[in-house]
Amino acid sequence: MKKYMLDLKVVENQHLHSNYCLLKLTTDESLPEMLPGQFVQVRVDNSPTTFLRRPISINYVDRENNQLWLLVQLVGDGTRAMAAYKPGDIVNLLLPLGNTFTIPSGNTSEKLLLVGGGVGTAPMLFLGESLKKAGFEVTFLLGARSAADLLQLDQFNAIGEVAVTTEDGSMGEKGYVTDHSLLKSNHFDRIYTCGPKPMMMAVARYASAQSITCEVSLENTMACGIGACLCCVEKTKENHHVCVCTEGPVFNTNQLSWQI
Amino acid sequence: MANLNIQIGGLSLKNPVMTASGTFGYGTEYADFMDIERLGGIIVKGTTAEPREGNNYPRMAETPAGMLNAVGLQNKGADYFIEQIYPIIKDLDTRMIVNVSGSSVDSYVECAEKMATLEQIPAIELNISCPNVKQGGMAFGVTCAGAAEVVKAVRKVYPKTLIVKLSPNVTDITEIARAVEAEGADSVSLINTLLGMAIDAEKRTPILSTVTGGLSGPCVKPIALRMVWQTYKAVKIPIIGLGGISNAKDAIEFMLAGATAIQIGTYNFIDPTVSIKVIEGINAYCDRHGLQSARELTGALR
Repeated sequence: MKKYMLDLKVVENQHLHSNYCLLKLTTDESLPEMLPGQFVQVRVDNSPTTFLRRPISINYVDRENNQLWLLVQLVGDGTRAMAAYKPGDIVNLLLPLGNTFTIPSGNTSEKLLLVGGGVGTAPMLFLGESLKKAGFEVTFLLGARSAADLLQLDQFNAIGEVAVTTEDGSMGEKGYVTDHSLLKSNHFDRIYTCGPKPMMMAVARYASAQSITCEVSLENTMACGIGACLCCVEKTKENHHVCVCTEGPVFNTNQLSWQI
Repeated sequence: MANLNIQIGGLSLKNPVMTASGTFGYGTEYADFMDIERLGGIIVKGTTAEPREGNNYPRMAETPAGMLNAVGLQNKGADYFIEQIYPIIKDLDTRMIVNVSGSSVDSYVECAEKMATLEQIPAIELNISCPNVKQGGMAFGVTCAGAAEVVKAVRKVYPKTLIVKLSPNVTDITEIARAVEAEGADSVSLINTLLGMAIDAEKRTPILSTVTGGLSGPCVKPIALRMVWQTYKAVKIPIIGLGGISNAKDAIEFMLAGATAIQIGTYNFIDPTVSIKVIEGINAYCDRHGLQSARELTGALR
């Protein structure tokens, strides 16, 4: 897929929560093709301590309004500078980068589970919508610390079934996503996950035990985002280093050296 | 429109702007963003005789005006380059130069010999900042004897343009430059990354898996500029300047300090089209200052 460097205009920057903003971007031209699982590299010019671009996964592509949505967790100076963007501001992006989640071909009766934790729920929205368009019924399993940390629930509910866990029990079942009763009462054919690494490993372990195909989206620290600097590597089962930015960010867990 | 053509030893470049090893892949990674054939040259990433997996993750730490890396020369080896990469890049209308690295004199020689067989690779850049495994891991390029030894051996087997990339992690870079000039290097490029370190204060751990790594980006520019200026007064061979260049003004400063050509490295990550802007900016500067040729910039510091 061809990659672009584009100046996009901020339409809206919603502060969903003290630690998250939802940045909606547009342009006069039609946005290029983007697929679920891919990410963008955002240039941050308004933070003196931020040198590199920030890799942010694609949350949603609203074709009707020609908008690209980025759900940004405010973790450092760079992302906090992004939270300060105002409507009308111009943001420079490289996109679309990386590979994509697999949309199964053929049998749309496959049961698909999309597991997101924290900001890892971001790519699940775009993925869920794409799977639904392809004819699949999807189930989301979303985990967070507390109810306030669960974002975009209305959008998720519009696409498929939503199950929730919170660590403090303020919404859904109390505990981690892998503790949810849904996993005991249902069989899934395929699992997609993104979130903190311990969560993804726990999901991968569950999937492996049940012989379910599992794709994870990794967020290793990056510099270039286009396979030139070789900084963001992950180790494969064969003990080779591969770039998360170009060979990933989506990996089938059986490709990785994870001890699961 | 000024004449931007420059000469590095026997090698002619259409303009003085190249991209630095390890920051531009094999060039093709950037082809969606810019016309890579407009570049004077592309230094493809560090290649070794044998494949190398590089260092463990994490390999990168950001700083306010740059970054540290500890990639550790990950590459698939000289044979892979020859079989899989060379056929793709050999017909590009720019100078494709291979950065050659090694862990012993023999491994540098082996890799250089293989690169010498490739018709469309008119030059190599020898990375002498690699640790010498036989000498307890001290880099070849930090002593005159080590630098001279590897350049002498490679010079015997490599008849085309030989550029030697110098390490700034030395007491006096001009001594090393003189030592490699005496062994027949056609050009020196400087600087490689500066040794640095980053710590995660909350976790109380080093950020890089290797603890220390190489610092690059705009923060190193004044050091690189000073070293180019010092080296220009010490050697007769052409100098390729690099270290923190992020725009045409930076590039021109390096040329005024004595560089014949320049390389853009880390800033490619921030703006993948920066090298084109630098080419255009050098041309505009020459026009504005009434220069017929970019060659007039070299060492033109008043």
